[in-house]
Amino acid sequence: MIFGPFNPSKFSIVVVTFFSMLGLSPSAFGTKRGFPRDLLRRGFVMASGLTLALLLFLGFESHALAQFRVEVSGVGLTQVPISIAPFKGQAASVQKISSIVQADLERSGQFRAVNATHGPLDEVSLPDLSVFRQAGSDALVTGSITSLADGRLDVRFRLWDVVKGQDLGGQSFAVAPSDARLAAHRVADYVYEKLTGDKGAFSTRIAYVTKAGSRYQLWVADSDGENAQSALASPEPIISPAWSPDGNQLAYVSFESRKPVVYVHNIGSGKRRLIANFKGSNSAPAWSPDGKTLAVTLSRDGGSQLFLLSAAGGEPRRLIQSGSIDTEPVFSPDGRSIYFVSDRAGSPQIYKVAISGQGVERVTFTGAYNISPDISRDGRWMAYISRIGGAFKLHLMDIESGNVRVLSDTSADESPSFAPNSKLIVYATQFQGKEALMTTTLDGKIKARLNGQTGDIREPFWGPFLNQ
Amino acid sequence: MRSLVYSLVVSAFLVGCGSTVPLTDVPVSDATANPVSGASGADGLSGVKNGGVAPVDLGQSGSQAAMPLAKRIIYFDYDSFVIRPDYQDLISENARMILGQANRKVAIEGHTDETGGREYNLALGQKRAEAVAGALAILGVPRSQLEAVSFGKEKPAVVGNDESAYSKNRRAEIRYQ
Repeated sequence: MIFGPFNPSKFSIVVVTFFSMLGLSPSAFGTKRGFPRDLLRRGFVMASGLTLALLLFLGFESHALAQFRVEVSGVGLTQVPISIAPFKGQAASVQKISSIVQADLERSGQFRAVNATHGPLDEVSLPDLSVFRQAGSDALVTGSITSLADGRLDVRFRLWDVVKGQDLGGQSFAVAPSDARLAAHRVADYVYEKLTGDKGAFSTRIAYVTKAGSRYQLWVADSDGENAQSALASPEPIISPAWSPDGNQLAYVSFESRKPVVYVHNIGSGKRRLIANFKGSNSAPAWSPDGKTLAVTLSRDGGSQLFLLSAAGGEPRRLIQSGSIDTEPVFSPDGRSIYFVSDRAGSPQIYKVAISGQGVERVTFTGAYNISPDISRDGRWMAYISRIGGAFKLHLMDIESGNVRVLSDTSADESPSFAPNSKLIVYATQFQGKEALMTTTLDGKIKARLNGQTGDIREPFWGPFLNQ
Repeated sequence: MRSLVYSLVVSAFLVGCGSTVPLTDVPVSDATANPVSGASGADGLSGVKNGGVAPVDLGQSGSQAAMPLAKRIIYFDYDSFVIRPDYQDLISENARMILGQANRKVAIEGHTDETGGREYNLALGQKRAEAVAGALAILGVPRSQLEAVSFGKEKPAVVGNDESAYSKNRRAEIRYQ
């Protein structure tokens, strides 16, 4: 490994002094503003319509666990070519920060990793950007990970605009060793926001359910499916987890008492509250955006019908009354209406109703089986599952125009859930005979299978942005 | 004494009709959650950190001798909630048994095949359970003794991705509690 020619040690010393004045909490340094959208001018344009299955070995170091499979398909795909240098000191760390950052950025569909050979780099290095320019890279991330005296890890990074030769700033995080992955996701969030202008959602969490034999577990994992922590284990099925808007609680349906009942579970304390345990079936919890109300499906008065409940508990209020199945409620982001599934026209279709219960409108018109709606946080999109010729496929509707596109070529898709930045969808499907979780971009061109668990994985729900 | 006689009758009835349906149904014992207090991530760090996740384990299902099912199970046609005429005798027999035990609670558990969404199937299973509960009620069984619930596609009787499995899973089971 050879240092690049433009790495004057004097510069490094000056920057180190600057760093030493910073606290240990997340802090920005080098706050040059402006989105270098012109990075896209050298963007990667797919020339063919072929589907490429790329087995990507992450980062400069190969790391068996960090392999993942990303499928790229379609034409006209524009991605920012970016190089993520190995973070100084990460060889001694369990978590390879640069690999996690790279996997996040690639999964987003907005970036393409470019490997380049350069000497060791960290956030205080002045890299020889010509090396990366020649390799076809438009951006570069450098950084370091060091152990602090108190046992925490200090993760620092810097982002470079390779084309302009411009420092785009960086941050430092002091984290517990168990949160090294979270720090890496925060690095990816910074890079994503700087280079695309949209907020990154990598440092968020996903809830999902696994089934192994007759054991069911509810998990809370990083947005890449890794670092899963068990929130609930049960000998009976668990379905329909739903994050509270503050990211502290999960509502879900548990069959532990030999019927479906709805719990609200504080994931930090493990304390659970029965929120709906009425005669008959209780299911399909959905939180209002303000976290004060839950919509649920209850059969206590006969039939599967929609009700609203205070998150604090109490008597449910009927939302609408029908002689048909009404279920799978989900609030619009403004909290003013509820999308739901009903078979009132003979087959399951998606409808919308005002929170007052007035004015039911039909939303889906094509296909004879449309279920499981989720609405993006920006209110523009509805993801749902539609049956086409016996296959259940993820669909996306542009709510304004009503235009629909199919996002998957699998045949047993279920339970789509938007990332809080509205840019990715996680969903369940069958993959090589197992239930698995996938993410897809909204154009369907970039898909990744989430790792983290063996066996059957299902019922994903993408959590909100977390307060930092 | 009267209830003892009925218990014997019920036992004889249940023993008498051997199950012809292979069921992988797991009996349930109600387990109490053991909340784990204290957030594992609450270590006072000022930097970024994950909120801790405290695990809750509901343990294993208790073992419970399998009950003969042939006289307690009603199969449904594809996409149907209509009780076929050939099940009328089975419904009547169950109605008589429930009517003889005023304190007996009976759950009717609806199930679907494994195609389609979990929540929508839960609603479909509910329709099947309510159809059977309705048929029992017509024969005079008080609604207060009956509870129609659904397992949707979560508890298939037979695992498999073909019609022979699906047809065994589209069912309602009458469960004496």
